[in-house]
Amino acid sequence: MAAKFDLNDDTVVVIVGSGAGGGTLGTQLALKGINTVILEAGKRHEIEDFVNDEWASFAQLAWTDMRTTSGSWRVARDFPNLPAWIVKAVGGSTVHWAGASLRFQPHEFKAATTYGRIKGTNLADWPISSDEMAPWYAMAEDRMGVTRTNGIPGLPGNNNYKVLEAGAKKVGYKEVSTGRMAINSQARDDRGACQQIGFCFQGCKSGAKWSTLYAEIPKGEATGKLEVRPESHVVRIEHDKSGKVTGVVYHDAAGTIRRQKARLVCVAGNSIESPRLLLNSESSKFPDGLANSSGQVGKNYMRHMTGSVYGVFDRPVKMWRGTTMAGIVQDEAGNDPKRGFVGGYELETLSLGLPFMAAFLDPGAWGREFATALDAYANMAGMWIVGEDMPQEKNGVTLDPKAKDKYGMPVARVHFDDHPNDVAMRNHAYSRGRAIYEAVGATRTFPTTPYPSTHNLGTNRMSAKPSDGVVNKWGQSHDIKNLFVSDGSQFTTGGAENPTLTIVALALRQANYIAEQLGQKTI
Amino acid sequence: MRTMPPNDGGGPPASLDRRGFLAGAAALAVSGTALIHAREAWGLEVKALKPDTMATLIAMARDIYPHDRLADRFYAVAVKSFDDKAAADPKMKAMIENGIADLDGRARKAFGTPYRTVGWEAQRVTLLRQIEGGPLFKAVRPALVVSLYNQKEAWPIFGYEGESAGHGGYISRGFDDLTWL
Repeated sequence: MAAKFDLNDDTVVVIVGSGAGGGTLGTQLALKGINTVILEAGKRHEIEDFVNDEWASFAQLAWTDMRTTSGSWRVARDFPNLPAWIVKAVGGSTVHWAGASLRFQPHEFKAATTYGRIKGTNLADWPISSDEMAPWYAMAEDRMGVTRTNGIPGLPGNNNYKVLEAGAKKVGYKEVSTGRMAINSQARDDRGACQQIGFCFQGCKSGAKWSTLYAEIPKGEATGKLEVRPESHVVRIEHDKSGKVTGVVYHDAAGTIRRQKARLVCVAGNSIESPRLLLNSESSKFPDGLANSSGQVGKNYMRHMTGSVYGVFDRPVKMWRGTTMAGIVQDEAGNDPKRGFVGGYELETLSLGLPFMAAFLDPGAWGREFATALDAYANMAGMWIVGEDMPQEKNGVTLDPKAKDKYGMPVARVHFDDHPNDVAMRNHAYSRGRAIYEAVGATRTFPTTPYPSTHNLGTNRMSAKPSDGVVNKWGQSHDIKNLFVSDGSQFTTGGAENPTLTIVALALRQANYIAEQLGQKTI
Repeated sequence: MRTMPPNDGGGPPASLDRRGFLAGAAALAVSGTALIHAREAWGLEVKALKPDTMATLIAMARDIYPHDRLADRFYAVAVKSFDDKAAADPKMKAMIENGIADLDGRARKAFGTPYRTVGWEAQRVTLLRQIEGGPLFKAVRPALVVSLYNQKEAWPIFGYEGESAGHGGYISRGFDDLTWL
């Protein structure tokens, strides 16, 4: 049974956010016997509440609280108040993620060393190596039931995948498969096999896809050590005279201000809200925000180099049928600077329903060129490009000087400019994507601009030296021992891979560390 | 909008009034405060905007997202919320009326007739290009891209199948039925 802790209980671990980082960490701590409270800003929607309807689901799940944008990225023009498409609900963005579960490549943990000095970047090596991460990746894969690991078969390929696979093989790619997915290809962990429903982004109606909402949190709650409080929006982290964190202030569902005391606080609100919370928690002792002696809180925002390619064919594809991210081409994922850029990218199938295709194919476009593309919707195949983007100090999250949320707190302003390396990589990927579809007879192809960000990374990054980043190799803040960061904002660099598996692996590793430190009473 | 008997499925969506007369007359006619679409057999009561303004919005909607297989009723459903917005907000009403008057003025100047009677799509599009940075277009297009393509009745025309979980997904319904490769 789920626990219920007192607001004045200062022995609990408080986690802000219930997604891949927070939901996993909270569950794992509870399994280790540690009393934990997860405060989640969004509501708790269960599987039966999800809807196979893109706009209705967006209204139900998306984080649509006010944010502002700046910079040369097109999102700032097309969606000025929606820099990111992420979830505000219990389970966080594990409710709408596609399920791709890839390990970082070894060199990606050593980006600065591997890529060298690149003008305009703030590249750094992770303070963790690939070898150090390997057991945690293995644990995460088993936990999430990742296909093609632990003897779990791959998922079957849908129509969209068939087109990608045939085209990729024709242009000579070898590493083409239905990928490693945290979607059950057969019943496992009390969850059934994928029913090829589609609508992975709208919450999996069968529960085949791993989400902290139903695959982790209930296990934590069953220990009697975990309490999840939905509609609890944390606005401030408090500390004592010594600088130690003492608890958090949040607004509950009724808007009432509450103060939850804590022995330790872990921030896992995604890479936009997490730095915002640290910055909004400024005090006379920490005038630049908590954990910010380096000045790196909110900096180095990464969103992956993304984009999409859609191909139109003379015969039907019906790409919306079945798994949204149904397959992957990995031949371009390595680092081969001869291509004109460092780092690499993955090509992964993607489909949008008609309503979202209209909104995102070419935002702002109209007229016959646009309309004829949608007339061909049923004959379209689609792929998403996801590659490593360069950390730049100027890209990041700051507090908007004017806009405030309903609690009177400054909202996040998200600034982003592509680095020339990002642009070169995107152009390369667009041309390879087009070649794949043309190889199997596409009559028309479209390069689609990046959507509002789904992979938000790097704004509280890990570093070996306290002057280079916000947290150490355990996600523990350099400045405040009992303050941790537990989401993708701790990424030092982004890698080419979808980040969830790495976030989960880091959360499992962090849970182990926190349990050890609490046991040794060092925190 | 008046409440009418349920849609029989073959005609207009329930949100538009069914009017089975004037068959064969001009596509969209103004009658008092209503728009009458004789060929498609529907009528639309306009409460805040001038009926001519609503008729022009419908024409403008088709020119923005021209789908030749979509009947006018889909465009009417897509823009009728602007009448509701105009009823609730005098500033919105003034913005729309002024915007359409401006568009008609440009049409008369260039082609000697109001926007919706300019004969060719290419000509109307030149007028839309002139106003695409203005408040009317900047209000209509972003709303339309949702309200047009989010009509479930329109999805089959694009081949889109919508909700699938209630049908058991596509595991036994053709998720991998592509055979032409």
